[in-house]
Amino acid sequence: MKIRARPQSPTSHTNMAETFPQLLLERTREFGDKRIALREKYHGIWKSMSWAELERHVRHFSLGLVSMGLAPDSTVAIIGDNRPEWVMSELAAQAVGAKSIGIYQDAVVNEMIYIITHARVKFIVVEDQEQVDKVLEMWDDLKETVHRVIYYDPKGLRNYTEEFLLFFPDVEKLGEEYEKSHPGWYEQKVAAGSGEDIAILSTTSGTTGYPKLAMIRHRNLISQGQGLMTLDPLTADDRFVSFLPLAWIGEQMMSFACFLQNGFPLHFPEAPETAQQNIREIGPHSMFSPPRIWENMVSQVLVKMEDSTRLKKKLYDWAMGVGYQMADLRFRKEAPAFALKTQYFLADWLVFQAIKDHLGLRHLKRAYTGGAALGPDVFRFFHALGVNLKQIYGQTEASGISVLHRDGDIKFQTVGTPVPGTEVQIAENGEILLRSGSVFAGYYGDEASTHNSLRDGWMHSGDAGYFDEDGHLIVIDRAKDVMTLHDGTKFSPQFIENKLKFSPYVREAVVFGGDWPFVTAMINIDMANAGKWAENNQIAYTTYTDLAQKPEVYALVRRQVEAANADLPEAARIRRFLLLHKELDADDAELTRTRKVRRKYVAQRYDDIISALYSQNEHLDVESAITYQDGRSAIIKTRLKIESLNGA
Amino acid sequence: MARGFNHVLNSSPLQPGETQLVVDDINLAFGGVQALTAVSLQVRQSEITAIIGPNGAGKTSLLNCVSGLYHPQEGSIKFYNHQEHLLTSLKPYEIARLGIARSFQNIELFKHMTVLDNIMLGRHVHLKSNILSGGLFWGRTQKEEIENRRFLEDIIDLLEIEAIRKQTVGTLSYGLQKRVELARALAVQPSLLVLDEPMAGMNNEEKEDMARFILDVNEEHGVSVIIIEHDMGVVMDISDHVVVLNFGMKIGDGTPDDVQQNPEVVQAYLGEEFAT
Repeated sequence: MKIRARPQSPTSHTNMAETFPQLLLERTREFGDKRIALREKYHGIWKSMSWAELERHVRHFSLGLVSMGLAPDSTVAIIGDNRPEWVMSELAAQAVGAKSIGIYQDAVVNEMIYIITHARVKFIVVEDQEQVDKVLEMWDDLKETVHRVIYYDPKGLRNYTEEFLLFFPDVEKLGEEYEKSHPGWYEQKVAAGSGEDIAILSTTSGTTGYPKLAMIRHRNLISQGQGLMTLDPLTADDRFVSFLPLAWIGEQMMSFACFLQNGFPLHFPEAPETAQQNIREIGPHSMFSPPRIWENMVSQVLVKMEDSTRLKKKLYDWAMGVGYQMADLRFRKEAPAFALKTQYFLADWLVFQAIKDHLGLRHLKRAYTGGAALGPDVFRFFHALGVNLKQIYGQTEASGISVLHRDGDIKFQTVGTPVPGTEVQIAENGEILLRSGSVFAGYYGDEASTHNSLRDGWMHSGDAGYFDEDGHLIVIDRAKDVMTLHDGTKFSPQFIENKLKFSPYVREAVVFGGDWPFVTAMINIDMANAGKWAENNQIAYTTYTDLAQKPEVYALVRRQVEAANADLPEAARIRRFLLLHKELDADDAELTRTRKVRRKYVAQRYDDIISALYSQNEHLDVESAITYQDGRSAIIKTRLKIESLNGA
Repeated sequence: MARGFNHVLNSSPLQPGETQLVVDDINLAFGGVQALTAVSLQVRQSEITAIIGPNGAGKTSLLNCVSGLYHPQEGSIKFYNHQEHLLTSLKPYEIARLGIARSFQNIELFKHMTVLDNIMLGRHVHLKSNILSGGLFWGRTQKEEIENRRFLEDIIDLLEIEAIRKQTVGTLSYGLQKRVELARALAVQPSLLVLDEPMAGMNNEEKEDMARFILDVNEEHGVSVIIIEHDMGVVMDISDHVVVLNFGMKIGDGTPDDVQQNPEVVQAYLGEEFAT
């Protein structure tokens, strides 16, 4: 067994707080009314809440729930956008030793019923009418376990008469009363909390069917937050925008563990659609987002530049050239010459500052990406701009980030080195194993899965990986996805796809080649960007299918494929591709809800297209059945062109 | 952070069910064309009254009479708040000041102004500052502006248009423009909301949203609504009271169920053979 662990003890924290509510009290004693804990954009204005206010809300809401029967063995479910009430609800449950579970709003009804009944949820806190209606629809299945449903946005709910429905501030009032008759009780309860208590249940995607519920202790989350903050510290003067689902482990780590330990204010956007606008207004100092967010930003910049004046384009091209040179030097850990430094200074001043300002990245000290592989081109792009983007590797079961790039030690094919306090080893079969204070307690009500994941004191991640010569961990894509090319080299299809997706005109790409003599690709164009390009070039089109089959669009995408090929080894180059007549869609089960391609399903469904890609044909006729809303159905025939690249 | 609607949206002093608007036997003609013939109807407080009928039946003409754009040659239209008002003798701006707010079939917004400015225009009837303090943006004007903006933000929250607050109206989709028009009408703080085809040209999802907003305004805030709409599904779903016009004459009046049973209505909509 090859062991490349780097055990390092985390710097000991001076305080003794073991739970989130204890940390909240500690921060409140430290900052009180003097510092802002939360800001929310509401009615067009950033409204703030001090630590003392936050603590008061948590205390009253918690006692309100206690007066209605919240006990240490209860679970509180929370469904809603990122709002102060979300944070309060979780802390209120934890204050008396109970646990919380965040449920994604777009979870389908069956999944919600499963989670709520399986976790024996006693209280559900929801945002608004939409979620209340969903709960009412499921009520017959839930009423066995669920005691009360509490909402915090009363809009549209005035005439709802169900007696189990309560308004958040009304529960707080109950808590105020309770506190008068039970003085000192809350403080005692909080003090009695232990780091071993379960803080949250976190849903993780199960391989089949329903999600699994990972039990995560207070000490798991707190030690994970400590680990990250010793490497990449944030202070109480920094800002963080909480805009990804709070049910996600990454937000639990940043917006609870790190927030409560380091005391930087959290900012909540006005609405999900305004998140990007609001990020720009706040200028956060740290950001943790999945690749999709970063890829979108690149597309946005590239498309806007296409539309800009010739002078600006020239300037941008020059600046990016300098930026890329600088980034590549830094990746190789070489010192730039004085001339390059001067040029970079100028490029930064003229171009990069403006771009970063538009994206809200100007104040970023560090940014993280994780969850899936991010293409090297996206990496280089952000480093050229001077954004310190780092890859992380983490899992829900290890409470978030376990491995990450250190500042100034970025290698984009790796995920970096373990955070302090985390040991990583590679099992004989290549599986990544983790051991740290952040490893979870097991799956709720699922002995078999727990045993499978936690064996011999190590957490089995299910991912394959290895350490490179610098001690960086390399995570191979889900081992089954790796393909062997005809010359015998192993290659990750995602690497090629990410190269293609760097183009703003390519929304999605699926690459084949494992069992075939050469590599081919099935590409989805980006309707918005390619459509705009077509308009600018006076190409008329009607539908997505029509646009995708325009010879000019084929030529456009061909140039993107050629650019990607130029960076790829001979055997991994794309020889033939086609533009698909429809967008891959999560509703058709072709993508997961987080927009990852379901490779196996897609390969089955588009079997005929794949065969055609490996034939000599120039065209392929596809038929798709469409059912109209009135029940009539029709077959639509489309001829898809297959483009061959010679000399590739 | 007090969530929910923090202002009073409905400016009518009447109790639900009290008679709010009485159209009494009006006739409207343009030259030789008789647009409305002896049309009478009543609108009660906090009800949704739908006006339906084939194209050219006189629906919009009727609404134009209510909002004072047309003056019927005969008959009267009376509106009640604390007292009785004879609308047929008032100017459109005087009617707007009574809290009768409307949206139009073809969007009538200022395309080059922002959403916020367009909605703010609906507050115009409530602005009291004079030219001098307005020009200097000083004293009462400033306070007034802030108070009005607060009211608008409640409406923006209600209609979920936070993300487009500062965008120019002309750049928005049709469905969103319709929503902005509703927002402007609500900014008046209506006693009676008059909507001319608020869902025309929308897809199903947009229609559902719009129906939800109209119901919120009506059920939650008690605002009376008169609505012209062609989608029968929506009309039968949301309205309390349906009035049917055909060739300028009223041919049906009652609950949605009554109207669906009415043979004359069926004939007007579906043709002779279905009616028998």
